[in-house]
Amino acid sequence: MIYEASPIAVACFLGFVGVTLGLSFFLGRKAKSSAGYFAAHGQIPWFVNGVAFAGDYLSAASFLGICGMIAFYGYDGFLYSIGYLAGWIVALFVVAEPMKRLGKFTFADALDARFQSKGIKLAAGISTLAVSVFYLIPQMVGAGVLVQPLLGFPHWVGVVLVGTTVILIVVMAGMVSTTWVQFLKGSLLVVFSTILTVMILFRGLTEEEGGADGHHFVTIGPLKQTDPVSGTEAFEAELAESWGIAVAKVVPAEGAWTDKPFVRIAGSSGDPDAVWHIDTRDDGVYLSETQTLHKAADGTVLVNGRPKGSKKGEPELFQVGHLSDLPGEMTETGPLGPLEFFSTLEESEVVLWGNQKLAHEDGSTTTVYFQKPTPGSRILQPGTHPRFQGIHSDNLLDKINLLSLMLALFCGTASLPHILIRYYTVKDEASARKSTIVGIATIGFFYVLTLYMGLGAMTSGTLDVTNSNMSAPLLAYSEGEWLFAAISAIAFTTVLGTVAGLILASAGAVTHDLLGSAMGIQMTDQQQVLVAKIASVVVGIIAIVLGIVFQELNVSYLVGWAFSVAASANLPSLVMCLFWNRTTRQGVITSMAVGMTSSLGWILLSADTFEKVYGLDPALAIAPFTQPGIVTIPLGFLTLVAVSLKTQATGLPARDPAPLENG
Amino acid sequence: MSIERRNRQIGLGLFVFYLLLYGGFVLLMAFDAQRLQVLGPAGVNLAVWSGFGLIVLALVLALIYGWICRSGSSADSSDTEGQA
Repeated sequence: MIYEASPIAVACFLGFVGVTLGLSFFLGRKAKSSAGYFAAHGQIPWFVNGVAFAGDYLSAASFLGICGMIAFYGYDGFLYSIGYLAGWIVALFVVAEPMKRLGKFTFADALDARFQSKGIKLAAGISTLAVSVFYLIPQMVGAGVLVQPLLGFPHWVGVVLVGTTVILIVVMAGMVSTTWVQFLKGSLLVVFSTILTVMILFRGLTEEEGGADGHHFVTIGPLKQTDPVSGTEAFEAELAESWGIAVAKVVPAEGAWTDKPFVRIAGSSGDPDAVWHIDTRDDGVYLSETQTLHKAADGTVLVNGRPKGSKKGEPELFQVGHLSDLPGEMTETGPLGPLEFFSTLEESEVVLWGNQKLAHEDGSTTTVYFQKPTPGSRILQPGTHPRFQGIHSDNLLDKINLLSLMLALFCGTASLPHILIRYYTVKDEASARKSTIVGIATIGFFYVLTLYMGLGAMTSGTLDVTNSNMSAPLLAYSEGEWLFAAISAIAFTTVLGTVAGLILASAGAVTHDLLGSAMGIQMTDQQQVLVAKIASVVVGIIAIVLGIVFQELNVSYLVGWAFSVAASANLPSLVMCLFWNRTTRQGVITSMAVGMTSSLGWILLSADTFEKVYGLDPALAIAPFTQPGIVTIPLGFLTLVAVSLKTQATGLPARDPAPLENG
Repeated sequence: MSIERRNRQIGLGLFVFYLLLYGGFVLLMAFDAQRLQVLGPAGVNLAVWSGFGLIVLALVLALIYGWICRSGSSADSSDTEGQA
């Protein structure tokens, strides 16, 4: 798709960034001490903190990634919503109050409350840094993805822009302004998502033959010739007849095209060859129109055989996302109720898009995007996305992979450093509890809306077949430029806020855990703040660089990675320290080290990483499945218990928390 | 001790309850996904109902927990603004 910068969007965007920076300047004057910088003096009202939880948590991955995944694959994206929300149950019922009671600035404080050990601070500090940096990468990539269509800048400019703005926010004011920015963004995100959902329901569902740009996708069939590739002559005659043209010529399937479900028809009088998808259905063989993206080795890009344009009206990929069949004789439903929306979709048929990448011998690649008419009943149940195919296979490893992902989502939330530090911005345990409840209400409501927004985008005719992350903003575009501008600006602020929280968490870890405690450097209050600001700048620059390097990677893939590492490294120590009074210092340190290295190692050796990061054959991967959680989280717990039992004599007896056997 | 400990036990109880339901949903999805295709009330399938159900239940349990803890711990949550 060709994106053009819209003046409204740019104005809206600049307005948002301006307000955010202004707020930071204003609030920053108040936060001079380290207690103010890291924990906002514990003065944030619980309600504000609760919405700020939502602001922190509903990152680019939640908003852009989940909506995009639902728009492209249906219900599967919603599984992330369910898992991400369930994680808050762990945060509220298990972690919130003890965290607040035992800690001061970072979650290492809480872990270390019993032991006063440099080793624990070191391990927790490193793990905070590792998880934060992994979580930062998808946020930065998301920023670049957003800025491209919004302002018409290249990806790296977007990343640098976000990085610089966030560094400014964090350096100026620390936790106070970050919290208020998160509050603002969390509220706006929920309000505008609600508006979008109401609009989707009012618009209802409509039968179309193509996307919002007016292009109709053609499907022909059933064909008499069931084997288009080998029965060429008879097939060519049939095609020519059905199209009413003199000659149709099939291009022989050679090289990368061999044995693929595509047939190329030679273009006449200078037109490029057209690629058709051979679609075998119950009642015969059909040919359906595809879209192709060809990248030559020298960097030139062809769309549907023609050089890609840079302005509207020039060659570009067509917009997709249409509903091909409504129940009965209906062609348009009109406004739908919130449940009626699903029951109507259940009996409809939606055209989803698959893709296949062909690598040619000359180093060029062709990605063929082809239509997949899919019944609504299929879309509204899990198992369409490749990552969730385990649901419908008999392969046990696929199923374990799915369980592992859902476990990591469940356990990851309460282990994320930037979420945990938010427990120190309120005044007491009751406020920590109340703000978590507000957070659950806000986040839960938003996640319910994701299903409407994703399915709304799926049937809006505005999708970009190459970029699922843009689905939600593009859906807004179908309702008007103002809404697009507002949603894009909010999405951008979403990235700003989450990145700010992560950078603060990292800065806290460096200042308190690594330099202050582990290395024993004595610092005055002002020096601490200064060091934290320097650390923020350094982490910010690292994030900018990684955001540019990893721009090709899928946003939600990277977030899953961060959740797995967080849950494996942090959760066992956190839970056991709070609930098992025989936990020892050595047990905590070893389990953090084992959890972090095993989950990271597993991911680096998994099929997904082999394919998407190293560009190797995924069959060579050593890890039997992709998601490490189901192995490495229990491994972290086992390590902690085993080492603690071995080192009982040297471990200090626990006084606080109150003894309660069995974690 | 008592309030803190009571809160923790209630929290753990609710946690285990939710874990069973979440675990049940995930296991059902992994090993018997066919059951989620069945249409429930209002022509909406059980996959959508259970997803919404888990989200709403999380909020309901959170509110119950907040309400129970509030009635027992008014002392520690009294409004003493200004204390860090």
